[in-house]
Amino acid sequence: MSLLVVQILNGLQLGVLLFLIAAGLTLVFGVMNFINLAHGVQYMLGAYLAVMFYTLTGSSLLALVFALLAALAFGLFLEFVVFRHLYERDHLDQVIATFGIILFLNQAVKYVWGAAPLSLPIPELFSGSIVLLPGLTYPIWRLVIIASGLAVALLLYILVSRTRLGMLVRAGANNAPMVSALGVDIRRLFMIVFGFGTMLAGFAGIMIAPILSVEPGMGDTILILAFVVIVIGGIGSIRGAFIAALLIGLADTLGRSFSVDILRLVMAPSPARTVGPAIASMLIYLMMALVLYFRPTGLFPPKGR
Amino acid sequence: MSRLPIAIFLGFALLPMAAAFGAETYLLDLFMRVMIFAIAALGLDLLVGFGALVSFGHAAFIGIGAYAVAILASHGINEAWISLPVALVAATAFAYLTGTICLRTRGVYFIMITLAFGQMAFFLASSLAPYGGDDGLTMHARSTLFGLSPFKHERLFYYIVLACLVGCYCLCRALVVSRFGRVFRGARENATRMATLGFDIYRYQLAAYAISGALGGLAGFLLANATDFVSPAYMSWQRSGELIIMIILGGLGTLHGAIIGTLVYSLLGEWLSGLTENWKMIFGPLLVLVVLLARSGLLGLAAQVAAWWRKQHAEPQA
Repeated sequence: MSLLVVQILNGLQLGVLLFLIAAGLTLVFGVMNFINLAHGVQYMLGAYLAVMFYTLTGSSLLALVFALLAALAFGLFLEFVVFRHLYERDHLDQVIATFGIILFLNQAVKYVWGAAPLSLPIPELFSGSIVLLPGLTYPIWRLVIIASGLAVALLLYILVSRTRLGMLVRAGANNAPMVSALGVDIRRLFMIVFGFGTMLAGFAGIMIAPILSVEPGMGDTILILAFVVIVIGGIGSIRGAFIAALLIGLADTLGRSFSVDILRLVMAPSPARTVGPAIASMLIYLMMALVLYFRPTGLFPPKGR
Repeated sequence: MSRLPIAIFLGFALLPMAAAFGAETYLLDLFMRVMIFAIAALGLDLLVGFGALVSFGHAAFIGIGAYAVAILASHGINEAWISLPVALVAATAFAYLTGTICLRTRGVYFIMITLAFGQMAFFLASSLAPYGGDDGLTMHARSTLFGLSPFKHERLFYYIVLACLVGCYCLCRALVVSRFGRVFRGARENATRMATLGFDIYRYQLAAYAISGALGGLAGFLLANATDFVSPAYMSWQRSGELIIMIILGGLGTLHGAIIGTLVYSLLGEWLSGLTENWKMIFGPLLVLVVLLARSGLLGLAAQVAAWWRKQHAEPQA
C-alpha cells in the first residue's frame, strides 16, 4: 500500500516535470508553428547553470535566480541568432537546424564541464524526508518539485486565461496571421512566448538537478517524452499538456514498478520478469499510438485548426 | 538516368581501385556503410520527398531487418536465401501493420506516431533477453549463399552492396514516374483533389510505406552482415533523426539527393571526428548554416551557385 502511494507521488513528480518542459514546447509549437528540438538541451543547460552558479555563490536561492536568468538570456540569444530565421520555414528545416543545436550544446557542455556527471546538493531547508503517514516517509525535495510544478501550472492557467497576453497567445495558437493582421506585434509576442518556454525548461532542469545526475545528453530522453506529452494533449493546448503530462508520468512510473506483479497474475513468474519491463518501457508509446488512433489530433486540440 | 547519379555510382564502383593503394579495409568498410544507409535513406526519401510523409521511426525497419538475420544466425541458419526474405518480410510486415495506424494521422502527428512505433521496436529489442537484450547480439558467422560465402570477401561484399543500392535507386526511380508514383505525389500536393478524382490515396500511401519498410529491411540485412553485430541502438530515435537529416541535407525528393546527403553526412562526421574530439561543436553549427543558407539541401545550394555563376558569365554578352 505504502509502495503504491510512494510510486503515485513519484509519478506525479515526473508528471509535473514533464509538464514544465512540455508547456514551453507546446506553446512555441502552437503559437509559432515551430518545432524546437533544442528544447531538451535548454533543460539540460538549466541544470548545468544551476550547478555552476551554486559552486560560484554557494547559495541555492542565488543559484536558482541566476540560472533562470542565464537560461532566459541564452534562450533569447538563440532565438535572435537562429530560430527567428526559421519561423517561416518548413518543419523539416526547423528539425535539422535545432538538431544541429542539440549536437553543438551536448558537446559544448561536455567541453566546458567535462563528461563526468555532476551533482547539485538539495537546499538545506528541504533536505531529508518527511513522514506522510505512519510508516510512509517521502523526500521533501520531491514534494517541493510537485508543489512548484503545480504552482507553475496554476500561474500559467491564470496567465493564459485571464490576461491580455494570454489572450493573444490563445489567439496566436488559433490563427497567428490573423493576430498579426489585427495590429499585434507578432515578433514580440513570439519572443515573449519563446523566452517564457525556455525559462520553464530551464526551471525544470534546475529543480531536477539535485535528484538526477547532471550529464550531457540528459535532455534527449526527456525531449522525446515531452513530445509524446504534447502530442497526446493536443498541440498548442496547455490544459492538454498538463493532463497528458500527469497521465504519462503516472503511467510510466506505475508501469515500471508494477508491470511484473500484474503480469504474474496471468503468466508464469519467469516470462513475466522478461515481458514486464519491456511492456513498461513501451507503455507510454502504446498509449500515444492508441490516443492518436482514436483522436488523430490529440485529446484537446485547440479549436479552429 | 541523368548524369549526376551515374557519376555517383561510378565513383562508388571505382573506389576500391583507389582504396587498394592504402587503408583498403577502412575505406571499403566506411563506404559500404554509407551505401547501406543510403539504401534506407532512399526508402525514406520516397516517403518524405515524394509523399510528405515524415517517418521518424525509420531506423526500426533497419533494426528489424538486422535482427531477423542475427536471430536466424544464432539458431544456425545462415543461408541468405532464407534470412534475406525473412528480413524483408519482417520489415515490410511491420511497416504495413504500423502504417495502417500511422496513416490515419497527418503532419506532425504522423511524425510522432511513427516515432512511437519506432520506440516500441527499440524497447522490444532491448528486452529480447535470449538475444542479448541491451547489449546486442554478435553474429558469429556471416550469411552464406548456396553454401558459398560472398559476404566474407570484402570487395565482393562491397560490390553486392553497390548492386543493391543501384537496384533500389532504379526501383524507386521507376516507382515515382509510374502511375502509382504520380498518384502518390499527387496526394502530397493535394490529397482532397486526388480523392475526388477517385483514388483511394490511403492505399497508395500504405503501399509506399511498406515498400519503404522493405528497403529498410534490406539495409538491415546488409548492415548486420557488415558489422557482424546487431544492437537495439540501431533502432534508436537518434538514428531515425539522422536518416531524416541525411535526406534533407542532400535535397528532398530527388532520390540521388538522399545518396549525396548520406555520403556527405557520414564522411563529414568521419572526417571531423578524426580532427578533434569535439567535432560535434563544428558539425552542429554546420547543419544550422546549411539550413539557413540552402533552401533545399546541398543539391539546391549547388543549383543556386550554378545559377549565380551562369548569370555572372552571361551578363557581359548581354
